[in-house]
Amino acid sequence: MSTLAYTVSDSRVMLRRNLKHQLRYPSMTLMLIGMPIVLLLLFVYVFGGQLGAGLGVHQGRGAYLDYVVPGLMLVTVAAAVQGTSIMVAMDMTGGIIDRFRTMAIARASVLTGHVLGSFIQTLAAMGILIGVAFALGFRSAGGALAWLAVLGLLALIAFAWIWLAVALGLAAKSVETASNTPMILFLLVFLSSGFVRTNTMPVGLRQFAEYQPFSPMVDTVRGLLTGAPVGDHAIVAIAWSIGIAIASYLWAIRLYNRRRAADPT
Amino acid sequence: MTGRPGMRGIVATDVCKSFGNNLVLDKVSLAVDEGTIFALLGPNGAGKTTIVRILSTLIQADSGDMRIAGHDVVTDPDGVRALIGVTGQFSAVDNLLTGTENLQLMADLRHLSPDAGRRRVAELLEQFDLTDAADNLLSTYSGGMRRRLDLAMTLVGQPRVIFLDEPTTGLDPRSRLTMWEIVRELAAAGVTILLTTQNLDEADQLAGRIAVLDQGRIVAEGTPEELKNRIPGGHVRLQFAGPDSLRQAAGLLPASTADNDRLVLKVPADGTVDSLRQLLDGLHQEGIAAERVSIHTSDLDDVFLAVTGSHVVHGLEAGGSDVESTQEGVAAR
Ligand SMILES: Nc1ncnc2c1ncn2[C@@H]1O[C@H](COP(=O)(O)OP(=O)(O)O)[C@@H](O)[C@H]1O
Ligand SMILES: [Mg+2]
Repeated sequence: MSTLAYTVSDSRVMLRRNLKHQLRYPSMTLMLIGMPIVLLLLFVYVFGGQLGAGLGVHQGRGAYLDYVVPGLMLVTVAAAVQGTSIMVAMDMTGGIIDRFRTMAIARASVLTGHVLGSFIQTLAAMGILIGVAFALGFRSAGGALAWLAVLGLLALIAFAWIWLAVALGLAAKSVETASNTPMILFLLVFLSSGFVRTNTMPVGLRQFAEYQPFSPMVDTVRGLLTGAPVGDHAIVAIAWSIGIAIASYLWAIRLYNRRRAADPT
Repeated sequence: MTGRPGMRGIVATDVCKSFGNNLVLDKVSLAVDEGTIFALLGPNGAGKTTIVRILSTLIQADSGDMRIAGHDVVTDPDGVRALIGVTGQFSAVDNLLTGTENLQLMADLRHLSPDAGRRRVAELLEQFDLTDAADNLLSTYSGGMRRRLDLAMTLVGQPRVIFLDEPTTGLDPRSRLTMWEIVRELAAAGVTILLTTQNLDEADQLAGRIAVLDQGRIVAEGTPEELKNRIPGGHVRLQFAGPDSLRQAAGLLPASTADNDRLVLKVPADGTVDSLRQLLDGLHQEGIAAERVSIHTSDLDDVFLAVTGSHVVHGLEAGGSDVESTQEGVAAR
């Protein structure tokens, strides 16, 4: 086999291992997949009546459902990558990583396994969220092409945050730290245009909300799903995603190699 | 297959390693012939794990030349990794998988064909007495089972050179014997083995050559016989009720050394029943009453005392002091 064939084969083996871990750790997997659903129900049925009243032209709980789904799609990503950090940190603090490092396997395959595994988990969670949203009455004005664009963009966004989560998991000294740091992503989604219009926020917060990466991501998805023009949000969202993905990837690889040179004990 | 005579499985020359200001390995050199077992004997903190981690490509030495079956550890780490198997001091298993899945994972990463992989996994489960527990998650495994699985995982790719870092520490006596048996079989099949231990008996039982590592330096090296010749033999300790009987006994046994504070007399002895009987009969005939007698056999502390001139200061697995390592204490009156 060639080097490339080995890389593919080793990555596939690591991916299978990661998916098995997800199944063996059902409480975490279910929690990460279930959380966005719980938030969806909470935001639509508890807060939705009141929040929907402030939406402007189309008002009410149903309108708020349409409004909030893009935000929850990004919550889904943020929740899933929390699992990525935990899994990576568990791997790095456990003994088996040392075994992998003494074996002639493709170097990046350990990380690739985590990234692909999380990617699949995120897609599954996203599918469930969209299914539940439709069941609750969510309707989209976007056509097939718009949906394709939404899924493509979400995949790119997930890819970026997953690499960041991998780096955070590598940087964490303990599994606890690894499960806490990605909470910041969660907070960022709430401090974006995901749940309320940013122009209802106080000035300082509003500026922050408008310039952080989640807002253009939410706005692009929302625009595509409602059939509204997305303007330059799309470009900004894609630029953020690619930037985060590249920076996180480089950071993760550096951390991974440094752990190899130094001693983890 | 046995090792090709004279071919070196492992050669390390002048390996140095510091962590910060702490010089952990100070010009360590060792050579292991193919198909032989080499034991690195030393207390906690001697540097055993560090040299194993260096030779198995996990960390880099500051200087020195290391070769595994001719492959340079620094310039050809992947060549080395393809040849070696490592069972580290701490278990390196996947706790979220079953025993079979752990072994299958190794087979897949060693790129065995599906058939060959399945066969090898079944073979190893059988050999390591894990067949019954094969499909249980590791959380249900005992320490001994986990250790066996750890070694089995190391052997999936049939490595030619194996590193075992304290493979029997923490095992019960029976599991320890099983592990010894497995190690011997591997060497008989031509595998080169470097094992570390804190236990002189283990090194003696398994290894063709032993190196004693102390604070990062090899302080003695040789065959078990050569090393044991450097250690004073065992002795019998006699405890007396008062200074008078101690003095009398000391007069009777000129080769002995007396500890007047503790009322103890140490008498060199070879550990045979006859010599003990003679000793006790002699005391009895002279009417000297000893309170207690205990037999002391050589242990790692004696090796250290003999080669470094000082006692082991760090915690030893089997205890370093005279009293703790006393075996088969017999009360006599
Ligand atoms: N990563 C590390 N950083 C700093 N010091 C270390 C590290 N690893 C080992 N040491 C030190 O090196 C010495 C030898 O350790 P080690 O090789 O684990 O000994 P052994 O395996 O013989 O018990 C000890 O003093 C230990 O504290
Ligand atoms: Mg050690």
